Amino acid sequence: MVNLTIDKIPVSVPEGTTILDAARAAGVQVPSLCYLRDINDIGACRVCVVELTGMDKLVTACNNAVEEGMEVLTNSPKVRETRRINVELLLSQHNAQCASCVRSGNCSLQTIANDLNILDVPFEKKIPAFRWDKSFPLIRDASKCVKCMRCIQICDKVQGLNIWDVAATGSRTTVDVSLNRKIKEADCSLCGQCITHCPVGALRERDDTQKVFDALADPNKITVVQVAPAVRAAWAEQLGLEPGQATVGRMVAALRRIGFDYVFDTDFAADLTIMEEGSEFLEHLKHPEAHKAPMFTSCCPGWVRFLKSQYPDMVNQLSSAKSPQQMFGAVTKTYFAQQIGVPAEKIFCLSVMPCLAKKQECALPSMADAGAGQDVDLSLTTREMTRMLRAEHIRPELLPEEEFDQPLGEATGAGVIFGATGGVMEAALRSAYFLATGQNPAPDAFRDVRGMDGWKEASFEIQGTVLRIAVAHGLGNARRLIEALRRGQVQYDFVEVMACPGGCAGGGGQPIHDGQELAESRGAKLYALDQSAPLRFSHENPSVQKLYQDYLGQPLSEKAHHLLHTDHEAWQMPLAPENC
Amino acid sequence: MSRLNINTPNAAQQVVEGLYRDVERRIVASPPGLCPVDMSASFLKMCHAQTCGKCAPCRVGLGQLGQLLEDVLDGAATLDTIDLIERTARAIKNSADCAIGYEAADMVLRGVIGFRDDYVEHIVNRRCLLQLNQPVPCVALCPAGVDIPGYVALVGEGRYADAVRLIRKDNPFPIACAMVCEHPCEARCRRNMIDDSINIRALKLYAVEHCGHVPPPPCAPATGKKVAVVGGGPGGLSAAYFLSLMGHKVTVFEKRKRMGGMLAYGIPSYRLPAGRLEEDIQHILSTGVEVCHQEVGVDIPLKELRQQFDAMYIAIGAQSDKKMGIQGEDKRGVMSAVEMLRNIGDGLRPDFSGKRVVVIGGGNVAMDCTRSAKRLGAESVTCVYRRRQADMTALPEEAQGAIAEGCELATLQAPVRIEADENDNVVALWVQPQIVGPIDSSGRPRPLKADAPEKRIPCDIVVVAIGQGVETQPFEEYGVPIHRGAIEALSSSDIENFNGIFAGGDCVTGPATVIRAIAAGKVAAANIDEYLGFNHAITCDVEIPAPALYDRSATGRVNLTERPAQERNRDFEVLECGMTEQEALQEAHRCLRCDHFGYGAFKGGRVKQW
Repeated sequence: MVNLTIDKIPVSVPEGTTILDAARAAGVQVPSLCYLRDINDIGACRVCVVELTGMDKLVTACNNAVEEGMEVLTNSPKVRETRRINVELLLSQHNAQCASCVRSGNCSLQTIANDLNILDVPFEKKIPAFRWDKSFPLIRDASKCVKCMRCIQICDKVQGLNIWDVAATGSRTTVDVSLNRKIKEADCSLCGQCITHCPVGALRERDDTQKVFDALADPNKITVVQVAPAVRAAWAEQLGLEPGQATVGRMVAALRRIGFDYVFDTDFAADLTIMEEGSEFLEHLKHPEAHKAPMFTSCCPGWVRFLKSQYPDMVNQLSSAKSPQQMFGAVTKTYFAQQIGVPAEKIFCLSVMPCLAKKQECALPSMADAGAGQDVDLSLTTREMTRMLRAEHIRPELLPEEEFDQPLGEATGAGVIFGATGGVMEAALRSAYFLATGQNPAPDAFRDVRGMDGWKEASFEIQGTVLRIAVAHGLGNARRLIEALRRGQVQYDFVEVMACPGGCAGGGGQPIHDGQELAESRGAKLYALDQSAPLRFSHENPSVQKLYQDYLGQPLSEKAHHLLHTDHEAWQMPLAPENC
Repeated sequence: MSRLNINTPNAAQQVVEGLYRDVERRIVASPPGLCPVDMSASFLKMCHAQTCGKCAPCRVGLGQLGQLLEDVLDGAATLDTIDLIERTARAIKNSADCAIGYEAADMVLRGVIGFRDDYVEHIVNRRCLLQLNQPVPCVALCPAGVDIPGYVALVGEGRYADAVRLIRKDNPFPIACAMVCEHPCEARCRRNMIDDSINIRALKLYAVEHCGHVPPPPCAPATGKKVAVVGGGPGGLSAAYFLSLMGHKVTVFEKRKRMGGMLAYGIPSYRLPAGRLEEDIQHILSTGVEVCHQEVGVDIPLKELRQQFDAMYIAIGAQSDKKMGIQGEDKRGVMSAVEMLRNIGDGLRPDFSGKRVVVIGGGNVAMDCTRSAKRLGAESVTCVYRRRQADMTALPEEAQGAIAEGCELATLQAPVRIEADENDNVVALWVQPQIVGPIDSSGRPRPLKADAPEKRIPCDIVVVAIGQGVETQPFEEYGVPIHRGAIEALSSSDIENFNGIFAGGDCVTGPATVIRAIAAGKVAAANIDEYLGFNHAITCDVEIPAPALYDRSATGRVNLTERPAQERNRDFEVLECGMTEQEALQEAHRCLRCDHFGYGAFKGGRVKQW
């Protein structure tokens, strides 16, 4: 243990503890801006500087370790003056249009500046220009960037894609797409992790909410919204609801108040995905000569983008099943349109997803199989949905709980766990077991695939066949897994990959809490919903059963193939630089 | 009013003088990778501050040029701006009255030509082509990428064995490099911004002198692959060491008695004693590297070798001597530097007692011959060089050392012919005095024939040390591409169209430094491992101490001392005296820890494995 004092408070902490953590242990809060635990400890913003008795220069608390006998002053006159000037300097190059900023009220720079009571900046404002292709789902506003470098670090260290890099040198140093590329030419997976780890409003999704309001205002449109599994675990995080109030029923009610004609559940399509993907997997097992193992899940478009750009020779190992979002769109504009007796063109099909890649996925030319424009017209992030609720001044806590509309609102517990890492695998195994044996396994028989380990492995026996499966989340982990596969160090039959750490629960479209990783706790909410669900097997979803009976026939039928499967080679993805 | 006054600088002027020195040291500490346009604009701003203001092109033009450069950097320029910059700079260059103006404009002009593509990139894409890839200056400039801040910190904590372990992750010749490395790592040390660079090589020397026996890490499980390394010099042995750690079976083919290449046969033992070199070599061989004392291309055909091994690394160095092509070069008493140093390396020390020796050349090898000749008992030693002492490629301390030991430097003397007596014994070297001339493309003034008669330098021995070549013949016959007398290999050490054959070091680059050969061996090892279908990582589990927090106040650099010149010039014992513990700790604590403070904390601070 190391003994020191923080603002004269004695504290004893393990060797290697940072001054920041030691201060916290002493009950002293040192403000920080660029610091992100385990990801970014580069001491760039110089906001967390503290004074050490006997030393002239200040040091950063975030990335310097305590020493025996150290006397740390976190609020000395020198610290106070320096910290304030450093924040003022950042503000002099920050386009502080707080009233019209997507991160207002959830911005670390704003908080620090307010905390320090900075009312006036003594420096001339020099705001870098905002030049960006605003049609891309991911938007970087250079005028707000504080060069904390977190986006570079999260993309390098966690996602392993190196999309961002430091650009230019000297006073013009900034962040931009690496290797002097434009974002549309880059192999960005659109996972959005850079956005959820940005402390300010420099990174955000393309805001598509106005297009939704336009559709709602169009009397000729029937508006249908589907809500992804992980959204229900996070949608109210920034709406000030008491714990327990943020139920699925209130979310449905709130969406209905916005004015959607039908509020449906992507979980329904998740169950449908299991029917198709599970059947496809059994086919693969039956004909190992025709299909290279392992089969990869395909419901995460960030992962699909990753595989297409990094390992294009393995794209044929992806399940041909569409993502639940796209299955939902195709069914909505065919089966559902028929059911309510309207031409599919009249339907405006919206999705709310914890995801940016879905914005790009729904716009792919190959995702228009119902023959009425794009199957999914638009995809919003969880954050955009929250912003719509705020714009409408809807207070969900005052609303009664309501049910999803039918038939595309019916789902099982297997569908809801799609939103957590391992969930797709678990749901698929539950139904694959049934499809292979005619009997249900215990619903929690495959729980070994849950949890936050980046790369999980398990094997299960179904009818004498041992299935070797793996689950990876976070693209850095996915790359490690694939490299091991390619080197022949591991063999699997079926692999689930989610681009975001923790799966969709930690998605790049989810609400932002600076410095906190909430994927695990959100995932726990989804598993709790599964646990209490009356139905826990996708194949038992009555609406899915009816869809097959009345319309599709059976899984992998020709119609199912046409509507629910896709050719991942039908569109181009920029290749990784090493593949160019 | 007095008629005359003695000028004394006032307080402001004295401070500015200090700032000039600060700026000089700061420029020395500029790391590679800065934006050249930005640097040009900054230089220009300083040049403009120097203008006296009399002449229009300088007073106004430099400012306008500066603004145009700023426009380029701000993305506010068009491609026409480059043209305007060029025309303006040319006008200033052509019309400014004094060097303050025309030299400043010339700096801009050279930039517009030299890094035009970066100007274009700024204008078209608002980006820069340059990047700070390895922001720790010493690591960036060490060809082998040794973790210098890491081992300096370990020395600072007295963990010498760990320091050596860490060095060996990238360089298996810590002892040899501690004694003879040209230390490019020190050139742009950020410490220059405060006072002076860290004495990195001396700290390494302290580590290797106090580390005790440090065994190599265990080798990876045997892969069953066999690699032949042709040449047992620093490059070949480095590749062999790393490949052996990766689990491959390595055989080094060395045609001479001793291993070590130029370290054994080129560098005199007063700089690197045979025993110390042997420690590095034994450490390398202890990983299971086999040695075969055969000459490839003579004792074993290349074709056969290629068939017997899964991969091959050619690291034969540059071992042949170059001739001057002057009359009398074939006379008795004329020898090449390579021959002289090779004999010394093999223990065949010629007796120069009472002889007058002339050494021709101005590089480090010429200095090695000069100083060795003195030690071999020569009555007089004169180093003849056609340029000035300042233009020598030898390290300045080598030339100074030679002079201190009683050798003469005869500079600005171009050898013309060697005179021999009737028995063909050398009796004199004739030289033509030179005058220093215009600066050539290498940045050195060219020597030109002076209006003075030839001079005769009486002597008994002439040692020619004007460079070495590569013995490419057997490889050329095998079909390996040769370019300008050297083997042609890619930066990956691959040889085009020769799968599994790699080459690097002096035989590719021409005569260079030990550390560059080691770096080439490291590169080759990594790429041979890949070629053989593996991806072994070379790592080191030594924990680097967290940087201590204290003010880095200005403190002088500890320089190594040498034994008294008149004592050391009679023997081949090591001439350099290492640091004391007190000095080593003080010097280690001067390190600014660029791996932690500054950009190093973000990008490139530490490469933990390769």
